[in-house]
Amino acid sequence: MTISAQERIAAVSREPLKATGRTRGWSGALKSIQDIWDRRELLGLLVRRELRARYKDSALGFFWSLVRPLTMLLVYYVAIGKFLGGERAIPSFAIFVFTGLTAWSLFSDIVAGGTGSIVGNGGLVKKIYLPREVFPLSVVGSALFNFAIQLGILIVATVVLQEPPQLSTLYYAPLAAAVLLVFGLALALTLSALNVFLRDVQYLVEVVLMVAMWASPIVYSWALVDQAIPDGFLKDLYLANPVTLCVLGFQRTFWAAGAGAAYPDHLTIRLLIALGISLVLLVIGHRVFARLEGNFAQEL
Amino acid sequence: MSTSEISVVRVQDASKRFIIHKEKSLKERAIGLFKDRERGKDDFWALRDVNLDIEAGSTVGLVGHNGSGKSTLLKLIGGILQPTTGTVEHRGRVAALLELGAGFHPDLTGRENVFLNASILGLSQKQTEKHFDEMVDFSGIERFIDTQVKFYSSGMYVRLAFAVAVHVDPEILLVDEVLAVGDEPFQRKCMDRIHEFQSEGRTIILVSHSAQQVGELCDRAVVLDSGRVIFDGLPERGLQVLRQGYEDARQEELEIKAVAAPSTQATLAKVELFDRTGSRAAEFDAGDSVDVALTFRSPTPLTRWRAGISIETPLAQVVYGTNTELAAVDLPTLMGERQVVFRIPRLDLVTGQYYVTAALEHADGTAIDWKSQAAMFTVHSDTRAVGTADLRPLIETRSTQDRSLA
Repeated sequence: MTISAQERIAAVSREPLKATGRTRGWSGALKSIQDIWDRRELLGLLVRRELRARYKDSALGFFWSLVRPLTMLLVYYVAIGKFLGGERAIPSFAIFVFTGLTAWSLFSDIVAGGTGSIVGNGGLVKKIYLPREVFPLSVVGSALFNFAIQLGILIVATVVLQEPPQLSTLYYAPLAAAVLLVFGLALALTLSALNVFLRDVQYLVEVVLMVAMWASPIVYSWALVDQAIPDGFLKDLYLANPVTLCVLGFQRTFWAAGAGAAYPDHLTIRLLIALGISLVLLVIGHRVFARLEGNFAQEL
Repeated sequence: MSTSEISVVRVQDASKRFIIHKEKSLKERAIGLFKDRERGKDDFWALRDVNLDIEAGSTVGLVGHNGSGKSTLLKLIGGILQPTTGTVEHRGRVAALLELGAGFHPDLTGRENVFLNASILGLSQKQTEKHFDEMVDFSGIERFIDTQVKFYSSGMYVRLAFAVAVHVDPEILLVDEVLAVGDEPFQRKCMDRIHEFQSEGRTIILVSHSAQQVGELCDRAVVLDSGRVIFDGLPERGLQVLRQGYEDARQEELEIKAVAAPSTQATLAKVELFDRTGSRAAEFDAGDSVDVALTFRSPTPLTRWRAGISIETPLAQVVYGTNTELAAVDLPTLMGERQVVFRIPRLDLVTGQYYVTAALEHADGTAIDWKSQAAMFTVHSDTRAVGTADLRPLIETRSTQDRSLA
């Protein structure tokens, strides 16, 4: 185990001189992916830190991560389902809303949490060199954890209500989740970097997310949109939103009662296109992140 | 300490420009758009054309005034900042001991934080598990390891952080002003650990304000001033250059003051050394007598003043210091020119270089004028010893049994 000074120096002299920090260009991007992969253990610990620290010292602990989505479900179910009569047009309204909320909260957790992640970990970013992508990524990790819990509840609920997901439409959910992850991460990377230079981004994101939730058929059905908006540019625009497609994809899988409901044509192809575009955005987002990263330490 | 010709860190023509944004919010920026665009920006070069090669196994001290760019350079080497121009390269694993406990989360327990922090510094979970007991042992806070760190005292916090940091296994260790932590025994422990690192052939780059630390640890000093390397070489010389820099700055300040209030100031004009024959000298044998003569001038009468000297090693360690007040010598009113001589009857110092710093002060201790390292002398001693005082012990051996009987 103990090696002599000479041996250590000889060993280090055999290693190549590497550029310190981030190299520019495409090779730099590949290297950073390698870096992140090398630090995956750290990523795991950061996710755990985030989860443990969040509910530390609270008597109910993780139970609280269930309370929020369930409360939202209750509010929408009562206010929109019962009072506004959404229930009449949409069968199994509770399942419908919860399906949409599950998909939406995955996306909004990633984007909202990711945006603040670099600033929030400023202490570390300033002091130690790490692949800085681990901070937005750790947010993705904790968002996935919450997502898994919600998904668990959703599946249990569908089984209890005897409307389990059908095998034939099962593939929509993973596809939609993949789009949400990639698209959310692309946004989180870009926004987290921009937020370092302009803190307003973080507040702007909160507001935009609040509005954006209503731009997807989460508490109302696609059928209503289909009727309200004439075919053409506006409808295409509505469907160009990847989150909308993902919400629809989730509903296709988990909202068995709505199997006969209206869906846009070619949902699978649309989702695949969204996935492709999201991947391109992810690459662009990462480039932006890498370009801005060099100045993080001095801006924080 | 063994060094080699192999560079582990190579900095080439590195410059770093900082842009200071004065505006931050969207509103201010929007307003700023209509105004002069350049007004909100202020840039300066924290580093200018720095070239540096650091050999494997060496310990390098980066020194300089506040704002000279030494911490920026350390951050470039650590990859935390990117140079604006130029390149920075390294070999092997770099670990940074910059501001301890940066990765600690107050809500997590000591144990959880050890794993997290070790991982941030690049240890795998397995390695951390292997060293965990050692780390806790080193920190000396076994009892509190499962307590949330927000309940820790700042001393405990730093101990734990340091314990984690020194158990990382880096080829290159970056240290930024963090060695002066904890109580004295713990500091000693830290220093021992750094020495151990050195003997293991690791490269250490440290930023420090403590001349003594640089002198004790480093085999090379790099002096920075306004972002440029103004000296690169032996630590003794480097510290001299640095001190000269402080001295110049002080002189400049004095001159500015002198312009404002001319000629009323008393000055320390000369510092001279004489041997027993009364001729000037710069080399002495141990045990010689030496006269340190200070010449003062004052255009106006100066009462209640004192003269002082100190003898220092090149590493700024004070060997001896005194002044006329401590020696209970009354000085007459200073008017015109006057000499004060400190006669040291026996210069019992070990072989080496020494500096004399002299000062003119008011009786209450406020400085009027001083000359740092105003004179240098060399002492030759025929004894071989370490330290500074040449105590020349007589060494004999005794049987301890006899003593106990007696």
